[in-house]
Amino acid sequence: MAHSYTPGLTVTDQTVIHRRRMLPLPGTVVVTVGDLVRSDQVVARAELPGKVFPVNLANQLSVAPGEIKDYLIKKAGDVVGKDEILAENKPLIKWFKTEICSPVAGTIESVSSVTGQVLLREPPRVLQLLAYVNGTIIETIPQQGVVVETTCSLVQGIFGIGGETSGEIVMAVKAPDEALTPGHFNSAMKDKVVVGGSFLSAEAMKQAKAVGVAGIVVGGIHDEDLRALLGYDLGVAITGTEQVGFTLILTEGFGTIPMAAKTFKLLSSHVGQKASISGATQIRAGVIRPEIIVPREHTSSKGAAQSQREGIRLGDPVRIIRDPMFGRIGEVSALPSGLTKIPTESEVRVLEVKFADGQKAVIPRTNIEVIEGA
Amino acid sequence: MTVSTSTPPKIDRPLNVIVATDCGSTTTKAILIEKVGDEYRQTYRGEAPTTVEAPFEDVTRGVLNAIAEIEELSGRKILDGDKIITPCRGDKTGVDIYISTSSAGGGLQMMVTGVVQNMTGESAQRAALGAGAIVIDVLAANDGRLPHEKIERIRSMRPDMILMSGGTDGGAVTHVVEMAEYIAAAEPRPRFGVTYKLPLIYAGNKEAQPQVRKILEDKSALVVTENIRPVLERENLAPARNKIHDLFLEHVMQQAPGYKKLMEMAGAPIMPTPAAVGLIMEAIAKREHLNLIGVDIGGATTDVFSVFDGVFNRTVSANLGMSYSVSNVLAEAGLANIMRWVPFTIDEQTLRNRIKNKMIRPTTIPQTLDELQIEQAIAREALRLALIHHKSLATGLKGVQQERTISDVFEQQNSGKTLIDMLKLDLIVGSGGILSHAPRRIQSMLMMVDAYEPMGCTRLSVDSIFMMPHLGVLSTINEKAATDVFVRDCMVYLGTCVAPIGQGRDGDPCADYEITWPDAKTTKEPLKFGELRLFPLESGKQATIKVQPAKGVNMGSGAGVAVTKDVHGGVVGLLLDGRGRPLRLPADQPGRVTALAKWFKAVGLYPTSE
Repeated sequence: MAHSYTPGLTVTDQTVIHRRRMLPLPGTVVVTVGDLVRSDQVVARAELPGKVFPVNLANQLSVAPGEIKDYLIKKAGDVVGKDEILAENKPLIKWFKTEICSPVAGTIESVSSVTGQVLLREPPRVLQLLAYVNGTIIETIPQQGVVVETTCSLVQGIFGIGGETSGEIVMAVKAPDEALTPGHFNSAMKDKVVVGGSFLSAEAMKQAKAVGVAGIVVGGIHDEDLRALLGYDLGVAITGTEQVGFTLILTEGFGTIPMAAKTFKLLSSHVGQKASISGATQIRAGVIRPEIIVPREHTSSKGAAQSQREGIRLGDPVRIIRDPMFGRIGEVSALPSGLTKIPTESEVRVLEVKFADGQKAVIPRTNIEVIEGA
Repeated sequence: MTVSTSTPPKIDRPLNVIVATDCGSTTTKAILIEKVGDEYRQTYRGEAPTTVEAPFEDVTRGVLNAIAEIEELSGRKILDGDKIITPCRGDKTGVDIYISTSSAGGGLQMMVTGVVQNMTGESAQRAALGAGAIVIDVLAANDGRLPHEKIERIRSMRPDMILMSGGTDGGAVTHVVEMAEYIAAAEPRPRFGVTYKLPLIYAGNKEAQPQVRKILEDKSALVVTENIRPVLERENLAPARNKIHDLFLEHVMQQAPGYKKLMEMAGAPIMPTPAAVGLIMEAIAKREHLNLIGVDIGGATTDVFSVFDGVFNRTVSANLGMSYSVSNVLAEAGLANIMRWVPFTIDEQTLRNRIKNKMIRPTTIPQTLDELQIEQAIAREALRLALIHHKSLATGLKGVQQERTISDVFEQQNSGKTLIDMLKLDLIVGSGGILSHAPRRIQSMLMMVDAYEPMGCTRLSVDSIFMMPHLGVLSTINEKAATDVFVRDCMVYLGTCVAPIGQGRDGDPCADYEITWPDAKTTKEPLKFGELRLFPLESGKQATIKVQPAKGVNMGSGAGVAVTKDVHGGVVGLLLDGRGRPLRLPADQPGRVTALAKWFKAVGLYPTSE
């Protein structure tokens, strides 16, 4: 199998990326090709149709559905205010008069003589789509969105929660194997992207929330702390819409795992610069991974474009992504081509990894990921 | 090829070399089938990552990569650039036909509506599931949600298609029309493609057709077909299922990246993977006159199929799987249920972190024995939960009037009883990575036995290398080729499980058995509670077993009544399960670990137990 390894996460100082910004429904694109945009700038707009409220007039007036037209004060297409009368009956004695008022402000979408109900729609809500990263518009898709290009430093995480945000990068620890504790967070970190080392505890999460950080980038957390943070057990890794007070990005996985030295070093070199981050993760074919983008100002966008890796080679830096050596980093020292029997008795393709201390281990190829952008 | 699936194409040329692919959510698997002498055999296989999404966004890339691997292995030239060479030219060039199934991009996701949730709502759900869809929600007039909540729900989901049912023909129209109004108000949008209209099938009360047309014709790509529940006593699912397949090809697949090209490459309509597996399961049951349960446990979903007394049912448990959804198995089953199958102790935090790490790196495989044991423990729970789900949907029709006589006074049954009767079950068929690729076949067998707890005598088998989807679609154009390969290369019989029903203390007598082997030798021994025994009995061989259950123990003919049956062999053999039914594991941790270690050793489940 030509692709029997897991494509790795990109950690690179300079690359050119394209981010496709699409509206969820047709709208208007407000920028043109060649425009320079800031991350918080609106690039497209759409009107989300308002919520619909059905009111069953036939039931409330105690008449047949076919008769409700005779009782209506308003008709389809009319604008109504909250508590404005929609329909009323005309009894001989005024005391028995029933008036049906609109529960919301909006328009009358339809009146049904079969079911006897009126559908009211609230006014549309304007949805503004932001550029997300500083860059240049290189393509506009009429009514749908744009493509933004930027030259940047890029770090992909393995898993995240929370949506897109931005903030200045702050290093909270001195080494990649140092864990984040509540003491690491202070009021100066409000609205910043805080980078930690190997682990973020539940207490530290609380403190981060209290301080009001924009995001946290860390090696690992415990699953049970994630459960406590979300309030439920996450079943499928499709995230990005959680609202826990900050965006969280894990660079390594679950447990206490030192952040890869290269990632830590790269983020350290951008302290004080503004980063666009997203916790959105979708683990399916063609995965979406969380990311930290630090746009590089004054750099020609003709920089190194991201190349598609073809295969794994000797000397490639790799991370082991399964127990018993989960999280360890080394380099490929041999690539035997045949199948090898592993302790489970499965026969699989393997490779040999050499660690910094000179030790070697044989690992199934599917259990390593290449550290991309090396 | 874009003809209707309800009318498979007629192929008049001989089909001697066939290449088939299944585009799964992660990998595209290709197999080569060749006619060797008078029979068809599966000869080579290849696989490559599926390429539905960025950066490739063209499913045919993955298909061509997988076929290229077959080319390398077989030495046959199949590809000419981006084209598949058809028909065969000479000995080693081209294939006669290319066919495919697909579940890439999340498969076919549908929302269904009915009037009464457990009547037309369930019928609509069965129609959609039978067509190979994942049902993302069932809306009904009595589903407990307020009207505006229903509308919000329709708006927030992005199905590939909606199936509307409701009302018997000639019945009241109000509720059906009301649902149509909600759908129209919600203006549902499809998952793929911002600009095209969502396909919607109406298969409800025919009296409501004019109103439904008026309300929904402009807002969706509306197709009207026969009512799936014309009268309460009868379901008519076939017309709606056929329409689902047609719309899947005409609308949904046209929007998915590269599928237009894929359809042009294929010589027969592309089928949703579960629909193709369903065809194969139905065909086995019909050919051998069996009641069966089939399961396909994948990375994201677990599909369960059953045929009991000729009635076919399929369910999909959308979030029970071994990689993408592994964490959801933990959430649904609970840690204690998973831990009960693990033959050692491990702290909760470590196990939770390991399961989450598998979720975020779904392509990794267990490297050590304890990791394998944990994965197989999770698989047992995923299989068990998916069967519970299946039992709740594979039922008789609910709401049907029943005639009662005086004899029913003491034994009244509700309508809508599950059709799954483990005592009538003849065969369990397993498919999917964890079952097809288990290092030892006994591991697959015990996973299914532990999860399903078969009763009496039940045969078990697995799909050798996962090729049931390919054979399902092949069966629509060449039944003989599909059957040949199925029998010779696909189906691996594991053997038979013999399990008396009843419970007792460990060591108490469970049953006496006498086995007459194919060479006429006999084995006569007692089976005690808490015992698991495995006898070799080759594939294709049969033995006769006479079981005399102990007092209070049942083999299906009543407590203490002896049963004699012919049992089939397989690559594992004959498994005598004296652990009792329902299966209960010791509650205390040391007792459980000891019991598991004893059972695993008795059947040679793992290398350490040898």
